[in-house]
Amino acid sequence: MLRSYSTFIYLFLYAPIVLIVLFSFNSGNNAAGLTGFSVAWYGKAFTNRLMTDALQNSLVVASVSSTLAALIGTMAALSLQKVRGPLRVVFDGLTYIAIMVPGIVIGIATLIAIETANEGIREVGQVLTQWISQWLGQWLTVDPGLAISLPIIPKGYDSIIAAHTLFSMALVIVIVRARIAGMDRSLIEASMDLYADPWATFRQITLPQLAPAIVAGFLLGFTFSFDDYVVASFVNGSRNTLPIYVFSSIRRGVTPEINAIGTSVMLFSLSMLVVAQFLLRRQSKGKPAAA
Amino acid sequence: MTIETTSRKRAGGAPRWLTPLLMAPSALWFLFLLVFPLCVVVVYSFGERAQTGGYQAAFTFANYENIPARLTAFKNTLMLAPAGTLICLFAGYPLAYYLAVKVRPKNRLLLLILVIVPFWTSFLIRTYAWMFILGSRGLPSLLEWFGMPHIQMINTQAAVLTGIVYGYLPLMVFPIYVSLEKLDKRLLEASDDLGATPFGTFRQVTLPLSAPGVITGCMLVFILLMGEYLIPQMLGGGKVFFIGNALVDLFLQSLNWPFGSACAMGLVIIMLVTVSAYLKATRSSGQRDVSLM
Repeated sequence: MLRSYSTFIYLFLYAPIVLIVLFSFNSGNNAAGLTGFSVAWYGKAFTNRLMTDALQNSLVVASVSSTLAALIGTMAALSLQKVRGPLRVVFDGLTYIAIMVPGIVIGIATLIAIETANEGIREVGQVLTQWISQWLGQWLTVDPGLAISLPIIPKGYDSIIAAHTLFSMALVIVIVRARIAGMDRSLIEASMDLYADPWATFRQITLPQLAPAIVAGFLLGFTFSFDDYVVASFVNGSRNTLPIYVFSSIRRGVTPEINAIGTSVMLFSLSMLVVAQFLLRRQSKGKPAAA
Repeated sequence: MTIETTSRKRAGGAPRWLTPLLMAPSALWFLFLLVFPLCVVVVYSFGERAQTGGYQAAFTFANYENIPARLTAFKNTLMLAPAGTLICLFAGYPLAYYLAVKVRPKNRLLLLILVIVPFWTSFLIRTYAWMFILGSRGLPSLLEWFGMPHIQMINTQAAVLTGIVYGYLPLMVFPIYVSLEKLDKRLLEASDDLGATPFGTFRQVTLPLSAPGVITGCMLVFILLMGEYLIPQMLGGGKVFFIGNALVDLFLQSLNWPFGSACAMGLVIIMLVTVSAYLKATRSSGQRDVSLM
């Protein structure tokens, strides 16, 4: 009974995915049922300028944010070994808050923070303009049109990348710290005893041991960023990422093109996942890795 | 203690300024992209809506008092999130049990990976698949073809719950599996030898020992469900909406940032209370091995 129940669950998990893949190769329209094999929707999807632009944006955002996250997160995880007391508590708390607070709240908060900061920047610009024209006015007549505009925070690549890096960085911190905790200290001590300087010890002992965790964190961050709609949709400005494009096409009406995009995306995330799981598994030496 | 001995050994080794330098980027990130935005939300939640939308400085509790105006969203979330969590638990436990106890070790890894895989593939696309299945041209039209009356499937609570279970089941199965896998199988045999019925063994041995996994799984699913936006948006079609959907509406449509901020605070507070309850429960029972991550 358990066996057939489990089979049912697997069917439940995979039937919708199979359906999407099946219909992505359908020659006709969705609604008409399966009419024949064709890769036309793939051709249509990958020649659609909006979609390829969005895909490109997503790849840029995902790779930049997860690289940054891997770097910054690893640095933080390493330094946290030596930090105790209130600073440590604050850092741990912020890491968990970054992971736990829903994307929707992070997205909204980031958006209104950007708007608020920009308003502040504009006000500072106005005050500066006033001061300077008053100061200059002592000696010469100032063109009343004089205005100093300070650079404001743009919404686009920068803001999406910054917001995604926050979450991915927190993931990397948690994963790498778990690895550090499980690391074999005797190797480091041996290295020290053999008069290796700290940098050499780090490069030859610590880093190789941490590498699987760092790469796994990078890949998980990449997958998150590549799939994220909610956070990006608030701070994207006019730049579309792939999930934003897909979501808006779904809202406009179900087109078979989405099946083709969906299949490609799933295939892509799947390959990322295979690598990540492989690394995490190797890291925990046979113990199944945490999802 | 090893840390101290190593640092003593490398006297004159890694420079003192290294630690703050390594911490600086992440600290900046936390400050500008987490602390500052959340502080803005807190401040705004006590403000007033400006005439043209947005925020006007003020200090009032009116936004919090106004939360009942969005009661439906809170009610939906606080009903459907626990309901979804429970369904995930009841649907996921037998599978986790099957994987941990019954399956031959040879097949175990593959079957386990098959559970996790969907969770890491595009959430948007997987939810879209259900839009397709439950939409009027999907399952309902198939049933009509078999002569059944038309049933509205999409844009119902059931559709949202289906999407929830579909999306979050893997996250429930995994921690339960981990705790069941650690369970010493000899305990089951011992219980059996002592004359316990299979159900008795389950209730007195298996279930208590898998409790940490159950709690962690429920926690993970519940937390993520509280902030869910896409599933109600796509499968609830504006009829069944969560706090997340109300937030988007308040911020992007009605431009009522202060009220939106108060609702966001409400959501975060509910989550914080739940998580602290979870942490307290796991700490007191000494079960920290199945952690949140």
